Amino acid sequence: MQSFQEIILKLKQYWAERGCVIQEPYDTEVGAGTMCPETFLRVLGPEPYRVAYVQPSRRPADGRYGDNPNRLYKHQQLQVILKPAPVDVIEQYLGSLEAIGIDLKQHDLKLEEDNWEAPTLGAWGIGWQVMLDGLEISQFTYFQQCGGIDLDLVPAELTYGLERLTAFLQVKDSVYDIEWAPGFSYGFVRHADELQYSVYNFEMADIEMLWKLFDLYEGEAARLLKLYNPKAPDKKRFPLLPAYDQVLKCSNLFNTLDARGAISVTERVGVIQRVRRMAVGVAKAWADQQSAATAAEAAQ
Amino acid sequence: MKSPMVDDAAGTAAADPVTSTQQRRSDVETAAEASGLAQRFLLEIGTEEIPDWMIPAALENLRLLFEKLDLPHDSLRLDATPRRLVLRAYGLPLRLRDREERVQGPAKSAPAQAVAGFARKQGVLPEDLVLEVTAKGEYYSFRKKVPGLAVKEILAEALPSVILGIYFPKTMYWTGKGGARFIRPIRWIVALLGEDIVPFEVAGVRSGALTAGHRRLGAPEIAVTVGDYEERLRNHYVILSAEERREKIVGEMAGIRVKRDPALLETLVYLTEWPKPIKGSFDPQFLQLPEEVLVTVMRHHQKYFSVEDASGKLAPQFVAIMNTDSDPEGFIRRGNERVLQARFNDARFFWDSDQKKKLADRKPDLAHVTFQAELGSYLEKTDRMIKLAAELGGDAHAVRAAALSKCDLTTELVKEFTELQGVVGGLYARAQGEPEPVWQSVYDHYKPESMDDALPRHRTARIVALADKLDTLRGSFAVGLIPTGSKDPFALRRAAQGVVRIWAEGKFDLALLDLVGADTNLRAFFEERVRYYFKDIRGFKYDEINACMAAGWSNLVDLEARLERVQALRPTPDFEPLAASFKRIRNILEQAKFTGGATLDPTLLESGPEAQLHDEYLRIAGQPIEGTIARLRPKIDLFFDKVLVNAPDERIRRNRLMLLHTLREEFSKVADFSEIVTNS
Repeated sequence: MQSFQEIILKLKQYWAERGCVIQEPYDTEVGAGTMCPETFLRVLGPEPYRVAYVQPSRRPADGRYGDNPNRLYKHQQLQVILKPAPVDVIEQYLGSLEAIGIDLKQHDLKLEEDNWEAPTLGAWGIGWQVMLDGLEISQFTYFQQCGGIDLDLVPAELTYGLERLTAFLQVKDSVYDIEWAPGFSYGFVRHADELQYSVYNFEMADIEMLWKLFDLYEGEAARLLKLYNPKAPDKKRFPLLPAYDQVLKCSNLFNTLDARGAISVTERVGVIQRVRRMAVGVAKAWADQQSAATAAEAAQ
Repeated sequence: MKSPMVDDAAGTAAADPVTSTQQRRSDVETAAEASGLAQRFLLEIGTEEIPDWMIPAALENLRLLFEKLDLPHDSLRLDATPRRLVLRAYGLPLRLRDREERVQGPAKSAPAQAVAGFARKQGVLPEDLVLEVTAKGEYYSFRKKVPGLAVKEILAEALPSVILGIYFPKTMYWTGKGGARFIRPIRWIVALLGEDIVPFEVAGVRSGALTAGHRRLGAPEIAVTVGDYEERLRNHYVILSAEERREKIVGEMAGIRVKRDPALLETLVYLTEWPKPIKGSFDPQFLQLPEEVLVTVMRHHQKYFSVEDASGKLAPQFVAIMNTDSDPEGFIRRGNERVLQARFNDARFFWDSDQKKKLADRKPDLAHVTFQAELGSYLEKTDRMIKLAAELGGDAHAVRAAALSKCDLTTELVKEFTELQGVVGGLYARAQGEPEPVWQSVYDHYKPESMDDALPRHRTARIVALADKLDTLRGSFAVGLIPTGSKDPFALRRAAQGVVRIWAEGKFDLALLDLVGADTNLRAFFEERVRYYFKDIRGFKYDEINACMAAGWSNLVDLEARLERVQALRPTPDFEPLAASFKRIRNILEQAKFTGGATLDPTLLESGPEAQLHDEYLRIAGQPIEGTIARLRPKIDLFFDKVLVNAPDERIRRNRLMLLHTLREEFSKVADFSEIVTNS
């Protein structure tokens, strides 16, 4: 039986062999691997890129105190970005399944329409959910727009739900029973995490403080974006990546507040708009900062 | 001088007697048969997986685009799997026939140099030109011989835009910004005319003679000819014909009591290249969960057919359709069983945890659920629904059901299975001991969701359904969310249609407009829905509907009764002539700009036809028209025959207009008969 970590290692190995940078998880809370700068900002602009990383993804509202066998506050995603998508991208993806021991001739595989949209990121794409013997194991998306910008090169984003995939391969009915490493179950490694964050997110998070933090992070992002000057000769130095971290903080705070039931109807739409405005602002500035024209000017 | 104009296809057709497809086809057949040159054409657009529901429309569109090329052919065949759209045409000629094009030159009156110039440009002598009479006068023209093009060249030129012209509801680009758009990336193209490749390129893909087999069971590259194409695909686990895939699925499920589900069957036909049913089972303990929940999980989430036992009850079994040939190790069956078990476990978990908080106690939580940004929360909507239910004559049960109706939106089960909203609320209300009329009303209040869907089961449920839909419509129109053309994101047409159906078929003897409110846009919207309902759903004639609606349409029960009366009267011999007379009355009144308001003075009536008509009116006033038409008609006919309405004496004239006006008013209580279209 392959352990959780063996499956991760094999997938990383597989994508490393196909020219991907193997990144480590981003060190700020995110709701999905897509939100990491390695995806959200890297897909902008004309530079090809290939990257794979495992991203622990936090969804406060999905927490179930560690009681539900299939639902997690924090799950591990393997995120692969191939920019631009190679013509054999689906075959490469299927190859990754073979690499973790799935003999596709013995299984049923369907690609079912599932388009992806993230309103808070001004991003959307076209794609499928990949169904293996009736189980959704991956999300496959051709990005079209990010931060409200039409992409120059169309990347393929492959997202593997690692707990699900492992439960499938290890024939386990509960994610907590899967073997993370020999002798250590997933539950042993993560259960306390699930329980305590559920308690915090649903019962104890200090709403007033969360709002205060939201305002502070938003203020910092807005302050930085206002200072960014596309005509400045040294704009390459400008800290847009730190500005983006403020956006991620806001996004996670929004999710926590939402799980806490602290966002009223009238506020909700407005808060989503606020996060989106920041995300789109950073994306536009980043595209400008990294553009080839800038590089040429800088060289002069 | 006007530049010479090359006639378009229409002009050519005029010069060429062969115009209709039929004639042209038979010509070609003869020619082709004689020379043995009838060609087969194969086009396969190889793509990544196309969403199943878009495929049939895309094929139809491909057919139209190909037919627009106007190439003679005997027959066309279109097929598709998720990974290929295929068009095959039979009996194409190698080359189109030579034809003549008429090039128009200068007018007869033009100077000789202009005529010579035109001839030179055409590469002929002025004496080769002919004078032709056109609608605009006489013109020099030249009949140019145009050799027929090779069909292969025409196809090579046209196919890229045919392919990229196929309409899909949502498209993508994949070769980079500004690149070709299609539903999913195009990965290969087969284009063969007879033995030859029709050469072209679309989105960086060159056409060729290589197709691809099933993703896992077939070869990635297979050389094909127009003759062996379908057979070669079959050898590589692709059944090209949807019909054949459908038959395979149905045939192989024959021994199993599967719940009939044509829509799911179509989905699976277009989700597979090599379908194969596989039977699985689940733990019978899950049958304790409501059937609605189990079937939704199987159908919507897993695309499984559910299975019934001999008595028609849900059996602990399902049929999944694989996209592969076999499952020798049982991996696929067990995998699907485990997924279903996990899903059912989820549902049971949600069901149990939802029970911890009663539906009634969830109402305050609706303050956190958005109904619509500008219309506030579901709590506000619920309070409006409660008021509306009372206005609609709802009893305490209806009001209670309205209060509970949206509470299931806060439950885990509905968050997971949104399509079960209402149903879940009803099931919870039942489990929590709400009276039958209450839980059933919650259960049914989204109905009818389509024209074929049943109405809510009883009057209480109908009142709650009406309150819900009317509130949505009133609120949406008030904040300007009005459907335009095909854009109707909040499904307001469906809501209004539901109101009209419940109102009419549920016999709500109330004025609809009192509940619709004063919004003129919404009133017009409803008027259009009422018209649509009686015409397209109920089959009344449009002029009968116009006539009856002109006499009022707010009470749909009354409107329907009047429509039925008019429909029954229509074949009677006096009806249409009388309707024609009413049209005449209307015209006279309109021309005279007469709108009533006067008092009829019987002393001013002329004895004879006018007085007789008035007497008849007095006799029939207030009586059902069924008994009066036959008596009135000869009197009206005689009146128009003998009496001049436009009498020179103003007082008499106005009195006569008043008589006609009174008659019209009397009859218009049922319908405005002048709206009836007559042959006379």
